[in-house]
Amino acid sequence: MTPDDREQIGRGVRAIVDDPTLTYRQRVQALAIAAENVLDSPKVSPECAAALEERVICDMYEGAAPYRPRYTLPDYDLALRQGSRFLELDPPRTFDDATTFLLAMYANVPSITGYPVWFGDLDRLLEPFAADLDDDELHQRLRRFWVLLDRLFPDAFAHANLGPADGRVVRAALAVHREVRQVVPNLTLRVDPAITPDDLVLDAMRTVAAVAQPHLVNHPLLVRDLGERYGVVSCYNSLPVAGGAHTLVRLNLAAAARHHTGPAARFTADTLAWYVELAAELMEARIRHLVDDAGFFDHSWLVREGLLSLDRFTAMFGVVGLAECVGHLLDLDGRPGRYGHDDHADELAHEIVRSLSMMVEDRPMPYCEATDGHALLHSQAGLESDVGVTAGTRIPVGSEPPLYRHLQTVAPNHAFFPSGVSDIVRLDDTVAHNLQAAVDIAKGSMSLGMRDVTFELAGGEFVRITGYLARRSDIAQVIDGEPDTVRHSSSTLAAGSFVHAHLDDRTAQRVRSHELDAGARR
Amino acid sequence: MSSTRALVADAIPASCVDGPGNRYVLFLQGCSFDCLACHNPQTICTRSTPSTRWASIEQILHEVVAAAPFLSGVTVSGGEATLQWRFVLELFERLREHDATRRLSRLVDSNGDADPAVWDALTPAMEGAMIDLKALDAEVHRFLTARGNERVLASLRHLDELDRLTEVRLLVVPGVNDSADQLARTAEWLLHLHTVPPVKVLAFRHAGTRGVARRLREATDDDVERAVATLAATGLVAQSCSS
Repeated sequence: MTPDDREQIGRGVRAIVDDPTLTYRQRVQALAIAAENVLDSPKVSPECAAALEERVICDMYEGAAPYRPRYTLPDYDLALRQGSRFLELDPPRTFDDATTFLLAMYANVPSITGYPVWFGDLDRLLEPFAADLDDDELHQRLRRFWVLLDRLFPDAFAHANLGPADGRVVRAALAVHREVRQVVPNLTLRVDPAITPDDLVLDAMRTVAAVAQPHLVNHPLLVRDLGERYGVVSCYNSLPVAGGAHTLVRLNLAAAARHHTGPAARFTADTLAWYVELAAELMEARIRHLVDDAGFFDHSWLVREGLLSLDRFTAMFGVVGLAECVGHLLDLDGRPGRYGHDDHADELAHEIVRSLSMMVEDRPMPYCEATDGHALLHSQAGLESDVGVTAGTRIPVGSEPPLYRHLQTVAPNHAFFPSGVSDIVRLDDTVAHNLQAAVDIAKGSMSLGMRDVTFELAGGEFVRITGYLARRSDIAQVIDGEPDTVRHSSSTLAAGSFVHAHLDDRTAQRVRSHELDAGARR
Repeated sequence: MSSTRALVADAIPASCVDGPGNRYVLFLQGCSFDCLACHNPQTICTRSTPSTRWASIEQILHEVVAAAPFLSGVTVSGGEATLQWRFVLELFERLREHDATRRLSRLVDSNGDADPAVWDALTPAMEGAMIDLKALDAEVHRFLTARGNERVLASLRHLDELDRLTEVRLLVVPGVNDSADQLARTAEWLLHLHTVPPVKVLAFRHAGTRGVARRLREATDDDVERAVATLAATGLVAQSCSS
């Protein structure tokens, strides 16, 4: 290390120590990342390093020396049944014992953010313990638990799952969630048309109207791709339970397209294949570091107690910027078109996604036994630093076409993203008076093959950023630089995204109101 | 192929304010009333205009089929839907037969100014009708619509007998039709129906209306809530339709 290096590192550390807007915990977390980044990153080829430097491919700033998987989904169900030697806890017998057990476990789950990304299938986990409680007792206890989830793990990537079956806990959880108005936990309801009653989906929509949560996933489709034991974590990432994802590496399709010369028809074979391989190389190097060098699976208590196992792990191959990629390629061909608006643009987009899917499936990846030895394609929901590149395979914010066209454009992509894809539909707030309409739209979307359906209502206090939520009031405090007030580390990221990605420009889909529509005009 | 066509003012593939759930809404051109408070006055004229189109059953069916996965149902509104009731009947029959649209509910949104025989004809193919009641008092009704309300009240009674009265809508025009006394008598009248329908209270607004309506005051949220409270106190199921 040269004196210059040492000085630069010192400046970075000093900036963290002196930053008044970070809470104590946020500083500790930032200092840990700064320390990790003193080390050299896992070795890759010069071509790969150059693509990383240029951010055509990206390691998501996970850190230079991966020593814990990016996403872990401990088998909470097994832990509750067998107890834990590490935690010195017997299997719980009462509701309070169970929530205490889970909170203790969450505090000991490794992650990139410092907080767990998955709280488990909370209704399935807690339903057996709720039998002895009346409705009021259940509500009060679940409410206290919910408050602790937010105060102990103030990070909106921390994600709980509910459904697909109806039950007392899922109903109470939705009611509590409407009451406490927290961004934690991030919430997913699994929907299976054969199991989930419409009335439960309606209850979820009531919750969406209040706090922009939960989002819905198409349970039968996820079971087809990942089996019954899957969880939805962080920002729409669906992964095997008792496992997770070693890492997430993403490819910026827009940046890749800018390196392409020649006809659009040659893009996938020439340029895309090249960058897919570079991203895969980066992914492989990081996985080998985690498993072989850092030895996570040799020493973690979660592995020792059977709550995580290497053979349940995979890796996530993320993509962003499909919309800009398509626009650029069509310009090169001299036949301009916009994804979401022109059929030939949509066709090219769908073709790129299909090709990506095949390339990722054909590229062997070490330690991904859970998914047949390859990584899983993921439509990545964005980073706070993204400027001029649309999240994943979404239609650019502000240029969303009419509702059905929007959904019909994005739906065909969903089959190809087993580890998650998301499209956010902002509904006009008139729908709050007729939430069955939102249920209808959600069910219609799933019948078209959508994996994930996310609604938000225009003008709400809660804004969906990439896949997590932030409150407008918190974003304002971050932008104003108020010291030591914003508990959620995710809200700091949210402020960046809010400004960079113009999220407030999302088109509110008019599900018509009497006053606004003056009849025969279109 | 059917040769039946309708003069159409507009069609909206996604609406959450024209009945339960998300609905395809067909607005037929032409109305028998000339309401002061009409927010779509260009739909009153019964002849074709530059903003109208003639549409066949097949065209509308095609549009509904495309939207069907996202819908709870179809509502035919207007203008006044029942002026072109033969088209409505045939459309509903076709929707009921088609595999992609069979499960959708079929509703009519009407001013109630229709012959009982029209409701008899529609009944086998229609789940129900949502009827606007502009005023219970004939003279107030005449002031607001330029027509009497005998046929409207008869429609309400007849639809009730046919078990097809889905909803009654009351438009609050402050100082005209929202006195406590009028509302109480309206509630009383509705409570005497065989199956008391739910009531939706709408606020009169200037948007879209013609100049003469600007002399009337817009309904505030308070006006609407007061009307809802007055109606609900009688035992009616009443709610506001905020927008």
